[in-house]
Amino acid sequence: MAAVTSLGESSLDRPAERPRGMQARRRRRLNLFRYLVFTVFGLFFILPLLAMTRFSLEGRTLGTWSLTAWKQIVSYSFPDLPPLLPAIEITLELAVISCVIVLVLLVPTMVWIRLRVQWLSRIFEFLCLLPLTIPAIILVVGLAPIYNFIRHYELSALMLFWAYVILALPYAYRALSAGLNAIDVPTLSEAARSLGASWFTVITRVIVPNMWQSILNATVLTSALVLGEFTIAYLLLYTNLQVELFSISRNTPNASVIFSTSVASLMFAFALLLILSFAGRRRQRGRG
Amino acid sequence: MAVVATTEPGARPARAGRRASIPGWVGTVPFLAYVGVFLLLPTGIVIVDALKNPSGAWQFSSVTELGNPLVRTYFIGSLKLCLISSVIGAVFGAILAYAVASGNPDGVVRRLYLAASGVLAQFGGITLAFAFLTLLGPVGLLAHASWFYDFPWGIALIYAYFEIPLMVLVFMPAIDGLKVQWREASENLGASAWQYWRHVGGPLLAPAFIGSTLLLFANALSAFATIEAWESQIAYIVPQQISISLSSEVGLSNINYADVLALGMMVMVAIIMTGYALLQRRASRWLR
Amino acid sequence: MTSPMTRTQDGTARAGVEVRMDGLSRHYGPVVALDKLDLTVQAGELIALLGPSGCGKTTTLRLVAGLEDADAGRITVGGKDITHLSASKRDMGMVFQAYSLFPHMTARQNVAFGLRLRRIAAATRDKRAIEMLELVGLSTQADRYPHQLSGGQQQRVALARALAIEPQVLLLDEPLSALDAKVRAQLRDEIRRIQLEVGTTTLFVTHDQEEALAIADRVGVMKDGRLEQLAPPTDVYSRPATSFVAEFVGLTNRLAGTVSGQTVTVRGRDLPLVDPSTPAGPATALVRPEAVTLASDSTGDSGPLVGTVIAVTFLGATSRVTVDLGDTTILAQLTTADAAELPAGSRVALTIRPDPVLVSADSPALSEA
Repeated sequence: MAAVTSLGESSLDRPAERPRGMQARRRRRLNLFRYLVFTVFGLFFILPLLAMTRFSLEGRTLGTWSLTAWKQIVSYSFPDLPPLLPAIEITLELAVISCVIVLVLLVPTMVWIRLRVQWLSRIFEFLCLLPLTIPAIILVVGLAPIYNFIRHYELSALMLFWAYVILALPYAYRALSAGLNAIDVPTLSEAARSLGASWFTVITRVIVPNMWQSILNATVLTSALVLGEFTIAYLLLYTNLQVELFSISRNTPNASVIFSTSVASLMFAFALLLILSFAGRRRQRGRG
Repeated sequence: MAVVATTEPGARPARAGRRASIPGWVGTVPFLAYVGVFLLLPTGIVIVDALKNPSGAWQFSSVTELGNPLVRTYFIGSLKLCLISSVIGAVFGAILAYAVASGNPDGVVRRLYLAASGVLAQFGGITLAFAFLTLLGPVGLLAHASWFYDFPWGIALIYAYFEIPLMVLVFMPAIDGLKVQWREASENLGASAWQYWRHVGGPLLAPAFIGSTLLLFANALSAFATIEAWESQIAYIVPQQISISLSSEVGLSNINYADVLALGMMVMVAIIMTGYALLQRRASRWLR
Repeated sequence: MTSPMTRTQDGTARAGVEVRMDGLSRHYGPVVALDKLDLTVQAGELIALLGPSGCGKTTTLRLVAGLEDADAGRITVGGKDITHLSASKRDMGMVFQAYSLFPHMTARQNVAFGLRLRRIAAATRDKRAIEMLELVGLSTQADRYPHQLSGGQQQRVALARALAIEPQVLLLDEPLSALDAKVRAQLRDEIRRIQLEVGTTTLFVTHDQEEALAIADRVGVMKDGRLEQLAPPTDVYSRPATSFVAEFVGLTNRLAGTVSGQTVTVRGRDLPLVDPSTPAGPATALVRPEAVTLASDSTGDSGPLVGTVIAVTFLGATSRVTVDLGDTTILAQLTTADAAELPAGSRVALTIRPDPVLVSADSPALSEA
């Protein structure tokens, strides 16, 4: 369990050494192999996305081009279905709430465990990584009765955040612990405490600024997860973006708006991760 | 408790530890409470309900429903799909990971592929099924593939789309861990490229490769959104059956069908994850 | 080392072969790493290539090993041109800086790996692996994995692995740089002992001058992809060919002086020149700290060779004393007992031993900086 590898942090890992140079023959062979692989896989990854993009730009008649579907992202509604825009809004809100809760729950607890209760760290790690072995489809079965209870008090789909925080735990934990491992928490906090800082100040002014990168990392991973989540919302009968897209596709299988919205959400997540990756590089450069 | 914490090996003599009267573990209560309610409680509910009948009496015989031929079909369907998609994902993902890792560690190609992998591995779901529908489905742009709705090969292709990027993410650190000196040393001692992979590179990567494959298997096992958007009329795999029994009252009478299925899956995932952890430990013995 | 060394009898010590490099060049993009290098390593000789990072010493080694291709030039081993031979067919043993042992093999398996590739029977290669481990004093650790060995032990295994294939040439790429000082000195001497014992022609790359001087038959000092000087260690130290060599090998005082005829006059003293053809005129003389001796001065006179001690650095058996001469400072190396008589603040009179000195090409005006 403890060995489960993170999905997010490898983008920041860098190999320790690279060849200074190699034999021309081998480099040529390797480059040929690389370009071949990149072309084949690039096609495999890009073709479905291109096809989907083309469908999102389909006009009223087949083969024409139109931006209608992209404009519909904010205006689409269909009889008997909730409109699309509120579903987008609620999903974005869920992403924000889940990120905040994950950070508020994890960062102080992780710092605290490092400082005061190291004997809890193994149990803590186990609990954080546990959701990897209890995937959403299993969790949702046990969550059903709990959500029946929640519904007595609040009906909003925003309540999904309770479950989403759990789903995000392993990824956020791995990202944050990579950041914490890179700094000497006990020494930093002892230094700050000896200068008269309160515990609150230690965490917000000393620890957090030093692990900014990994906090950003955890945030992006959590957001991506929430933006793409379907299983729990669908089975607990809530409507989020993915459920809404699913419902529209069931009613009008080729509605262009589901493609434009899908492409938009994918591009949003991709942009987030790419920005993160380059932000990470700048920071490391600055330090080196 | 604070005294225990400070005498723990590796623990720093915490300045605050002596002064504070509250035990250290109190700081972790919010986290523990949250995880208790939204992770441990649902898991417990699944296990308990699987072992009880709807009237509340203990009934271990409901677990024997896992042996029911119809139920077995779903588990076999899950196994088939996961085996195919995880092996495809692992082999091709490893090739892609090697191609990416052998390039410039700070280059644009690497960043692009890692960011894209981060998105595609997490963001499969509904969107992905749509994308392949527009490419190969009945109205597909590239082809109207007759096998698109075949189980398991049609859906396995779609699964490969998120399994390959996941493999890139989890396998990349292992490839980065291969030191240039090992290759140069083996070459220097007279090894051909093939001998290097056979005696050095291969054995070193094997545990990480098998471990990553298991992780891909677990990932495919719990995937639900993609297959639901691909074909929601026919149930092939366990998660679909869980969905049906959760959202309808139909199902095998007299037992908590969804709970039993979920318990069965939990056991499968637990076996896989244990294997993963053992392999990872073996791998880390060499690579650290 | 305390463990007894047994000399292997089955031809470990085979006569070395000559390695020749002719006009060897290598560029990395616009950077010239190696500029038409000519170097001949005699059969059985150990040459240490010494220089700052980026001087081309490691590139030389990698070209000889075949890990990189030369842009121009020729490498011959024992008269045979190997310039275009792939690394795996060159029959050279190489020891890398660190971490080159295969982590999934025990020490014994690592040493036997090259023999396994040569399809030597399991029993034979096992016996030979143990012999090689005995040679480096590690036969008791044969079944340990690399991560269970210390850094020094790992490098010993790497050396045994390189020697196990009875290479024509042994290449050592800063093999000691990752070790701590004491292990470094110990292993350095041992490498030399083993090299003499097996007689393999050896190229040893290092940035540590002390290491190079201690181990080599000849030292090649490199700078910007060229050989500045190739000579026995004593010559490199006492008769440096260029001011770069003088300053890179050992500490040097730069003192303003005037060249006339066969001597250079520094602060009123005439010192002989290394290179008698030095043109006359103002120059900067490079004087070793150990050529400077100090005596307590109570006369109170002022003169060009009288100054005040401003710092004493204790180095163990010797101490380094910094003396303020008014217009410049000078370093002197004394025995610690002598230096103890001269605390900071004391007035001292200097003597400069008339060893041959080198004159720097730099203008004296700049050299005082």
